[in-house]
Amino acid sequence: MKQFDYVITDEIGIHARPAGQLAKEAKNFQSSIKISIDGKEANVTKLMAVMGLGIKKGNTVTITADGADEEEAIAVMEKFMKDHL
Amino acid sequence: METCKGTKIYDGIAIGSIFFYKKHENSVERKRVEDIEAEIARYEEAKKKAIEQLNALHEKAVVEVGEINAQILEVHAMMLEDDDYNDSIHSLIKNQGINAECAVATTGDNFSEMFANMDDEYFKARSADVKDISERVINVLGGGHGADELKEPCIIAAEDLAPSETVQMDKTKLLAFVTRHGSTNSHTAILARTMSIPALIKVDIKEEWNHKTAIVDGYTGTLIVDPDADTLISYREKQKRDEEQKQLLLDLKGKETVTKSGQKVKLYANIGNVSDLGAVLQNDAAGIGLFRSEFLYLGKNTFPTEEEQFSAYKQVAETMAGKRVIFRTLDIGADKQADYFQLGKEENPAMGYRAIRICLSEPEIFKTQLRAMLRASNYGKIAIMYPMITSVDEIRDIKKIMTEVKEELATLGVPFDDVEQGIMIETPAAAMISDLLAKEVDFFSIGTNDLTQYTLAVDRQNNRLDRFYNPHHEAVLRMIRMVVDNAHKEGIWAGICGELGADMTLTDKFLKIGVDELSVSPGMILPLRKKIRDAE
Repeated sequence: MKQFDYVITDEIGIHARPAGQLAKEAKNFQSSIKISIDGKEANVTKLMAVMGLGIKKGNTVTITADGADEEEAIAVMEKFMKDHL
Repeated sequence: METCKGTKIYDGIAIGSIFFYKKHENSVERKRVEDIEAEIARYEEAKKKAIEQLNALHEKAVVEVGEINAQILEVHAMMLEDDDYNDSIHSLIKNQGINAECAVATTGDNFSEMFANMDDEYFKARSADVKDISERVINVLGGGHGADELKEPCIIAAEDLAPSETVQMDKTKLLAFVTRHGSTNSHTAILARTMSIPALIKVDIKEEWNHKTAIVDGYTGTLIVDPDADTLISYREKQKRDEEQKQLLLDLKGKETVTKSGQKVKLYANIGNVSDLGAVLQNDAAGIGLFRSEFLYLGKNTFPTEEEQFSAYKQVAETMAGKRVIFRTLDIGADKQADYFQLGKEENPAMGYRAIRICLSEPEIFKTQLRAMLRASNYGKIAIMYPMITSVDEIRDIKKIMTEVKEELATLGVPFDDVEQGIMIETPAAAMISDLLAKEVDFFSIGTNDLTQYTLAVDRQNNRLDRFYNPHHEAVLRMIRMVVDNAHKEGIWAGICGELGADMTLTDKFLKIGVDELSVSPGMILPLRKKIRDAE
């Protein structure tokens, strides 16, 4: 399993559009990719569950990937977060 | 005549007939189904169709309102494919043996409730999106019907409008939106702004208004139903001026501010709040020449934190996207008071403990602001300007404090850019020694309001002195010329950010003097650009 922490800098937080794009990206991998905050966790492919976490600016989230292509998955997730969130 | 207030979303004036938009509330009937597999297949088929509709709408919206606004339709399509949403619908059909319509409605309600209960305004507003996608699927299941045809241009009144509904409306027939629900953050609000049509939310709308004549005043957030003749005439006049202004904007937007003989002038905006940024962009300012930072301090009980300030400055820097933003450090005191500063009463506040004098006497207040501004320099092109300067020593003291702040930030590893530093020339002392001051700073900005009151010894607040307050006084104009000349001798630029900058009877004179920059209220930018472009 691979993971990284990230502090959200987007003004609104993880809002609908990036959550949707994130889900799309995550579906390209076999690995199970999860996002968690304060003990609450959601599968990144599940757009509504991710939005339901209500992640705001300044929150620290942990992204984990577990599976055959976890390394590549983490790299893509990290780049996406840095570019968009 | 009936007048109501609402929250304004977009400026502008619309006059027309109200069209009361009602959703086709599908009365979802709960039915038992025998063939579970067939019902699930029926749902999947409807979902597929709904996604196809959304994709088609998305393409249409990209053309009409741009990619950013259209993305919501793509998100809707993604929401429809959400695993949890679909699992819930499948399991309701399977476990309760109910029809697809009812399963979708129940699931939609549950998810929308989840968002409605979140404490963040943005996520709360998403509950409308979930309702919207569910209604779309139910429409498809029930045979489906789109939005009502708009036959003539009208003001749309509705309880609430889903993004997909506004996108489907014929744009040539939309005069304004008025809704009871919705938030300033909703996608409908963003769409209204993009389409540049006035919009109000939180209006207590009534169905009986259907087909009545109404006025939407997006400037004051007012809706007037059945206006009397006088009101109608005065609003038609206002609307005409509004359109002329918009036309001017269309004609002059993107054009350079340059005279016929090729003299260029930087035309910047004066603003006092983050909420003015819309007007700055709309009026095509080349930058912000005076950002009054007082709004962060006034109307509060304690000093604003560094984070609070940073977040505001960053937003301004980012929004201006590389155009110069000049933040003026706090200019409190005199007529602008905040209790927690404990400034005390003064006999002569205009000449009292104010602006840079507070900052140099209480450096901690100053340092917090400078740190926040420096940090924001990472997000755009910012400059810092100091008010009420009277001596070279003051600038040296400021620089010392600035150096300390920079060292602190560097030690902490906080990134910042080198920022330009300038001063307001608003005291006769500063004007008289502008040759010396010019060696110390990157730019001058002449504050004509204070410069006039100090030069003429006329209190601006005293109405009885109005006839003696003459900003066109030769003494003031000579000082402006002197300041600009001294700036140019040292190779720095000089501008005017006082009210005189927008005084078009002086524009030719300022051009002749060689003023490099004029910073005026956003609404004056385009008229002034026209004036300069017409000048020789």
